[in-house]
Amino acid sequence: MNTWVYIDHFNGQPAPASWEALGLAKTFGAATALVFGQNVEALAKIALEYGADSVLLADDPALAVFSPEAFTSTLAALASDSPPALILFPTTSRTRELAAMLAVDLVTGVLVDVTGLELADGRVIATRPVYEGKLLEKTTCSASPQLVTLRARAFPKPTPEAGRAGEIKKVSAQAGGAAVIEGFVAGEQGVSLTDAGVVVSAGRGVSNDPAEGFKLVAELAAVLGGAVGASRAAVDAGYIPYANQIGQTGKVVSPDLYIAAGISGAIQHMSGMRSSKLIVAINKDAEAPIFQAARYGVVGDLFTLVPALTEAFKKKLGK
Amino acid sequence: MKIVVCVKQTPDSEAKLTAQNGQPSWGDAPLVINPFDEYAVEGALQQKEAVDASVTALCIGPEAARDALKHALAMGADEAILVSDPALEELDSAGAARILAAAIQKIGDADLVFFGRQTIDNGTGLVPAQVARVLGWPLLSLVGAMTVEGAEIKVERTIEEGKQIARAKLPAVLSIMQSVGEPRYPSFMGIRKAGKATIPVWTLADLGIAAPAQAVWRAELLNPPAHDSHCEIIKADSPEAIAEALVEKILAEKVL
Repeated sequence: MNTWVYIDHFNGQPAPASWEALGLAKTFGAATALVFGQNVEALAKIALEYGADSVLLADDPALAVFSPEAFTSTLAALASDSPPALILFPTTSRTRELAAMLAVDLVTGVLVDVTGLELADGRVIATRPVYEGKLLEKTTCSASPQLVTLRARAFPKPTPEAGRAGEIKKVSAQAGGAAVIEGFVAGEQGVSLTDAGVVVSAGRGVSNDPAEGFKLVAELAAVLGGAVGASRAAVDAGYIPYANQIGQTGKVVSPDLYIAAGISGAIQHMSGMRSSKLIVAINKDAEAPIFQAARYGVVGDLFTLVPALTEAFKKKLGK
Repeated sequence: MKIVVCVKQTPDSEAKLTAQNGQPSWGDAPLVINPFDEYAVEGALQQKEAVDASVTALCIGPEAARDALKHALAMGADEAILVSDPALEELDSAGAARILAAAIQKIGDADLVFFGRQTIDNGTGLVPAQVARVLGWPLLSLVGAMTVEGAEIKVERTIEEGKQIARAKLPAVLSIMQSVGEPRYPSFMGIRKAGKATIPVWTLADLGIAAPAQAVWRAELLNPPAHDSHCEIIKADSPEAIAEALVEKILAEKVL
C-alpha cells in the first residue's frame, strides 16, 4: 500500500515528527511525502533521505506562509485525483487545522494525536489518549482517505540515508488564504518541548527564588540536551512564559526522561507528562502526588539537589 | 455585533475516569462546562464590553447539557441555545461541525464564532477549523488577544514557534487560548438570571438537516496499562551523594 505523509514545517524548518510519520508509513509499504511551501525543494530531498519513495512538491508563492485554507485546497485537489487509502501527519498546530479541514472537503474523518497504529487489510486501528490521558481509545475511520495525525515521539524516527534518490513530482498549488499574517515574534530558541528527549520542569517549589530556580533547571536541561517545562502554578505566578507550560492547559510531552523539580503533581500537570518513559521527581513533600507517577524520587530541596544533579551528569557524561 | 460561543459539557477535570464496559465512567463527579470553553466565553464577554456585542452560547448535547449553557449565561452571555436530538448521540467532529454551522446560520448575523482550544473529553481540537471550513469563514486559531477594527479582527496567535499577528475579515471563527485571561466567576445576579432564562431546544428538524454520516468510530475504550507505581526514593548523606546515586539509576535505565 502507498501511504501519503504530510511533511509539516515552519519557514522550511521541518517538524521532526514528520520523519517519525514517514518511518511508520514505510512499515506499511511505499510512502509518498507531501511537501508544500515556497522554496522548499530542499525539504523534498530530505524527505527522500528519510525514506520517502517519491515526493509531491507544491512549491508556490501562494503557499509561502501556512494557511489552512490554501494548504487544504492543495491537498484536497491531489487526493481527489488519485485517492490514497491513508494520509499521515505529525500532530502540530498547523496539521490539526489542515487535517480537520481536509476531512470536511473529502467527507472523511481524522484520528488525532495517535500514539499507536495497527493496520489490517488497509484499514487502521489507532490508539489515542482521551479524557486528558486518563483513558485510551481504539478508534477507526470508515471513510477514505483515512486521516491520522501522530503524536510527536510516539513512533521511532528513521535514520536518514544521505543522497538517497527518488522522484520529486511538481504539483500545482491552490490559493485560498483567508487570514493575513502581519507579524511574527519568535519564541525562545532552544529545544522544542514536544520533540525533546529530556524535559526538566519546575513548579511552585521555586517560589523562594524563581529566577534562580529556573536558572538551575535550565542548566540541568542544557547538560542533558533537553527543554525546560513548568507547571501551571509556576506560569500563573509569572515565573516563566506560558509556552513552557506542561499539562491540561499547556503542552503534552512524552520525553524519554522527565525530571519534575518542586512540582506537586496536580492531575492537570500529570495529564501533560504521564506518557514519559522515565519520570524522576524531586520534592520537599514526601506525600506529593508526583511521587506516585515517578520511578525515582528524592525528598529534598531542589535548590541544592538540581545543581548537584547537573554536576553529577556532567561528570558521568564527560561534559 | 453578534458573537456565538460554542461550548460543550464534559466531566470535571478533577474527576477520576475509568472505562467500564467500553463506556467512560466518572462516578459522582459533576459534569461541567469544558474548562477551555470558559476561556472562550471570557473572550466573548471581553469583546461585549469593548464593542457592544451580544453573546449567544450554543451547545450540542442532551437535556442535561443545559447546565453548561447556564454557566455561560451566569458568566454574562445574553442568550443560550441547546441543539438536542436523539439522532445526535453518536457524532464525530466533522458531524458536530456541520450541526454547529447549521445552528450558527439559523441564529443568523453572527460576526464572530468562538471556541475553546479543545475539549477535555475527546480532545480532538478539530471542530473550530471544521466549522470555519463548512461556513467558508476565515479561521484564526489559538488566539490569546484580539481587537475588532471595523469589518476586520486583528489577533495575536500562539503557535509552537512563537507569536503571530494575524488579521481577517468578519465573519470569522476563532479558537481561544487561556492567555485571554482567567474566566470570570458567575455573579450572584448572573446565577439568578441564568436560573430564570429560557433556553430553546433545536432539533435536526428545526435546523432543516439530516443527521451527518459518521466516519470516526470508537472501537474500544480502555483503562491505561497499570502504572509501575512503585517509586524508589533515593537517600544518601549529602545532595552530592544523592545526585550520584540518582544519575547511576537513570543511566542504568538506558533511556538517554
